[in-house]
Amino acid sequence: MSLHAELVSCLRAAWLSGKTRPMEYRMAQLEALGRFLGEKHQDILEATAADMGKPPFEVELSEISICRSELNHTLNNLSTWMKDEHVEKNWATQLDSAFIRKDPYGVVLIIGPWNYPINLLLVPLIGAIAAGNCVVMKPSEISRNVEKLVAEMLPRYLDQECFAVVTAGVQETTRLLENKFDYIFFTGSPSVGRIVMTAAAKHLTPVTLELGGKNPCYVSDTCDVQNVARRVAWGRFFNAGQTCVAPDYVLCSVEMQEKLLPALREAITEFYGPNPRESPDFARIVGDRQFQRVQALLGSGRVAIGGETDAEARYIAPTVLVDVQQEDPVMQEEIFGPILPILTVASMDDAIAFMNARERPLALYVFSSCKKVVSRVLECTSSGGFCANDTIMHMTLMSLPFGGIGQSGIGHYHGRSSFETFSHRRSALLRGAGREALNTLRYPPYSPSRLPLLRAATEHRRTSCTLL
Amino acid sequence: MEYRVAQLEALGRFLDEKKQDILEATAADMGKPPFEAEFSEILLCKNELHETLNNLSTWMKDEHVDRNLVTQLDSAFIRKDPYGVVLIIGPWNYPIHLILVPLIGAIAAGNCVIVKPSEMTKNSERLVAEVLPTYLDNDCFAVVTAGVQETTGLLENKFDYIFFTGNPTVGRIMMTAAAKHLTPVTLELGGKNPCYVSDTCDVQNVARRVAWGRFFNAGQTCIAPDYVLCSVEMQEKLLPALSKAIAEFYGPNPQESPDFGRIVGDKHFQRVQKLLGSGRVAIGGQTDEKERYIAPTVLADVLPSDSIMQEEIFGPVLPIVTVANVDEAIALINSHEQPLAVYAFSSDDKVVNQVLERTSSGGFCGNDTLMHVTLTSLPFGGMGTSGLGMYHGKFTFDTFTHHRGCLHRSMGREALNTLRYPPYSQHKLGIVRAASEVKRKGACTLL
Repeated sequence: MSLHAELVSCLRAAWLSGKTRPMEYRMAQLEALGRFLGEKHQDILEATAADMGKPPFEVELSEISICRSELNHTLNNLSTWMKDEHVEKNWATQLDSAFIRKDPYGVVLIIGPWNYPINLLLVPLIGAIAAGNCVVMKPSEISRNVEKLVAEMLPRYLDQECFAVVTAGVQETTRLLENKFDYIFFTGSPSVGRIVMTAAAKHLTPVTLELGGKNPCYVSDTCDVQNVARRVAWGRFFNAGQTCVAPDYVLCSVEMQEKLLPALREAITEFYGPNPRESPDFARIVGDRQFQRVQALLGSGRVAIGGETDAEARYIAPTVLVDVQQEDPVMQEEIFGPILPILTVASMDDAIAFMNARERPLALYVFSSCKKVVSRVLECTSSGGFCANDTIMHMTLMSLPFGGIGQSGIGHYHGRSSFETFSHRRSALLRGAGREALNTLRYPPYSPSRLPLLRAATEHRRTSCTLL
Repeated sequence: MEYRVAQLEALGRFLDEKKQDILEATAADMGKPPFEAEFSEILLCKNELHETLNNLSTWMKDEHVDRNLVTQLDSAFIRKDPYGVVLIIGPWNYPIHLILVPLIGAIAAGNCVIVKPSEMTKNSERLVAEVLPTYLDNDCFAVVTAGVQETTGLLENKFDYIFFTGNPTVGRIMMTAAAKHLTPVTLELGGKNPCYVSDTCDVQNVARRVAWGRFFNAGQTCIAPDYVLCSVEMQEKLLPALSKAIAEFYGPNPQESPDFGRIVGDKHFQRVQKLLGSGRVAIGGQTDEKERYIAPTVLADVLPSDSIMQEEIFGPVLPIVTVANVDEAIALINSHEQPLAVYAFSSDDKVVNQVLERTSSGGFCGNDTLMHVTLTSLPFGGMGTSGLGMYHGKFTFDTFTHHRGCLHRSMGREALNTLRYPPYSQHKLGIVRAASEVKRKGACTLL
C-alpha cells in the first residue's frame, strides 16, 4: 500500500463532498493562513534562523511579507477569479450560454523545498485553496525546524478534513507519490523533478515543476558599474546564495571585469562590513552536505574576493571567482551558494551564444544602459523569466507569471497564475431544448449545399463577410 | 510574424487544393461520408486558421501587466516565446483535423514542428507525409511516419513540447517519455462521456441530438456521448424516438446510406462487435465484417457492471443505463474516471446546472452533443485520465507559447534600491513593506 493512502482517500472523500467549493469556505481557510503568518511570526523567524542562519530582515521580506501580499491579493480578487468567463459565440450558438467554468482539480500535492521553506510552500497553497482543492503538503525534511513548525502548527489553522501536512524523507516521498493525486506542484532540483513527473505520468496527473539552473548575468560595457555591483551582489548573496533566481554567473568583457571587481568588493563591504562572518545580515548554508558541495566549487578559477569558509558554522564568505573556464566544476552545476564566478566574453553576441549553448535557465539577467542591448539579449535567448538592470525583482511582481522552461521547469504561478494553475478551465455550452430547426442543417441525410451555411454558422461573427 | 503567417496561409492552400484528396483518403480509410469529412476535417480547420490569422498580431504582442509601487516606473510585461522544436502525434479518427489544428497553433507560436500522423489510417497518413511538406518550409517542419516501435524510438529524442492525441494508455507512455527530458505535454485522451437525460425534455429533439453525436463518424469521436443515463420511463420514450431519428438520418437500412461511416480497422471492428453482448439490442445490432459495418445500435437495460461499461466504446453503439433519479446519475458519473465531456438534457435549467456543478469533466454541454468544441473561444481538453492541457483558438497559441515574465528596470534610481540592501534595519523594513506589501481591500483606514 502506498504511504499515506488512507489520508489521501479521506481527503478525496472530503473533496467529493463538495466542502471546498463555496467561496466563503475558501476565504475562511485563506484568512486562517493569514492568522498563522501573524501569530507564528516569531516562530517562523526562529525556525528559519535555526535552519540556515537566515537574517530576520530577509525572512520578513522573502518569506512573510511575500506570502501576506499573495494572500491579500487573492482575498481581494477571488470572487472575480472564480466567476464564469463568458466567451464570444458564433452564429449557431448566438442564443446559447457559452462560458468557461473554473473547476478545482480535487486533491492536490504540494512539495516544498528547503531554501524558502515558508514562501515556497505557502504561495502554492494559497492558489490551491483559492481554486477550491483539498491539499496534501510536504515540507522539506532538510530545513528541519521549519518542517516541524509547519507539520505541528499549520494544520491547527486549517480544516483538517481537507488539508494535511505530511513529513517524509526521500524514500517515503517516493512512496507518497504512488498515490493518485489530481495535481502535483513541486519545487526543487531538475533531477527530482524528473522523478516527480515520471510518477505523475502513471496517473496522468498534471504537474507544475519549479526547478532551477544556472542563471546567467550579462553585464555590458555601458552601465553604471557601482549600481550593477550592488544589484548583482544583493541578488547573489541574499540567503547566502540559496535562491533559485539568484544570478549564477557573470558574463562581461575583460575591461568590465576590471571595473566590476573593485565595485563588487565595495558593495560587499557596504553590505556585510569588513568581515562578513560577523555580520548579522548574512546567512549560512543549510546543511553539511550542501556546505561541502559548495565549498568544492571554490577550486575553480581564482578567488578574487572572499573565499573564506568555516565548516562548523557552515559559513562561506561572499566570494567572487575570476579566470573561470567553461569546463570548471563551478560551471557544471547550479551553484546555490554565495559564490559568483565571472567569465569574460569578447562581445554581446558571444555572450548570447554562450547562454544559448546551455540549458535554459529560470532567470536571465542583462545590465545595460542601452535599450538595444537589453532588447537584443531578450529576443535572442530563452529563459523562464527575464530582468534587465536588476536581479530577482521580476519575481516579486505578482502580475508576472513565474516559472521555468526546459530543465528549469514546467508551468508557472504567482498571483492570479496560481489560482489558474490549480483550476481546470472547463468549457460549458448550455443550449436551448427547443430551436431544433437550426440543428437540422447538420443532420443526415447530408446535402453539400448546406456546407456553406454550416460554415457561416460556426465561424466567429466578426470574420464573416455578409452582404446584408 | 510574416514568416508564421506565410506558413499558415500555405496550410490554408493545402486544405483548399487538396480537399478532394482529403475526402478520398478519409473515405478509403474509414468510409467517412464526404459531408462529415468536409465539415469536421476541413471546415473546422479553416475556422481555426482564420481565427488565428485574424488575431495573430494581437496574440504575439507583449502583454503589459500591473505594477506595484516599487516597479511603478519600470516596464513589466509578458513576452510570448516559442518553445522550440515541437512534436505533434495525431490519432486516426479525425486524421487531418487532429494534426492540423495543433499544427496551426504550433506554427502561430513560432515553433518548428515534427508531425507524426497515425499509421492506422494509411491513406491519410500517406497524404500528410507526401503532400503536406510540399506546402511548408522543410527546414522547419517535417512529417515522419512511424508505427508503435518506431514512435517509441522517436520519443527518445528531446523535444521542447509534445502534443499527443490518443488513448490514455499511450498517453501514459508519452508523459513518461517526456518526463525524462522534462518536456511539457498536452495530452488529449478519452473516456466514457455520460449523457444524462432527465424526465422533462423534448424527447424527439433529444433523440436526434444524441443520435447525431453518437453515430457521426460511426461513433469514432472522442467527445461522442458514450452512454445514456435516464429513468425507466424515459428509456421507454427514448427508444422509439431514437429509432425514428436513426431512420430519419440513415433510412430503413443504414448499411445502404451514403451518410454513415465504417469502423477503421478489423481489430477495432472486433472490439466493438464484442460489446454488442451487453444488455439487449433494442435498435440495430447488425454487423458486416467484410465492410467493417456496425449498424447504428442502441442497447437497453445495460448494467454498470456490463462489459460495454468498462471501456470507451468508440463505435456506433449507444447503451442506456437506467437510474432512479438525477442524484443516482451523478453518483454513477462520479464513480467513473473524469471524462472528456459530460452531457445533460433537460428543459429545466436547474437540472442542467446541477449536473454541471456536481460533476467533473474536460468540458460540458447542456441540451446537445459535440457542439461545444465547434466554438473556438472555448478551451478543449480533458481532466484526469481524459487528458492534460487544452487547445482550440487562442488556447492553441497559448499552449505552444512560453509566457516569459519580463521586468526592465532603470540603470539609475539607485536610491530606491538601498532600502533593500544590508545592513538591514527595522526602519528600512517598515518602509519596504509599506511600499511593496499588498493590503487587504476594505481594510479600515482612518485617512
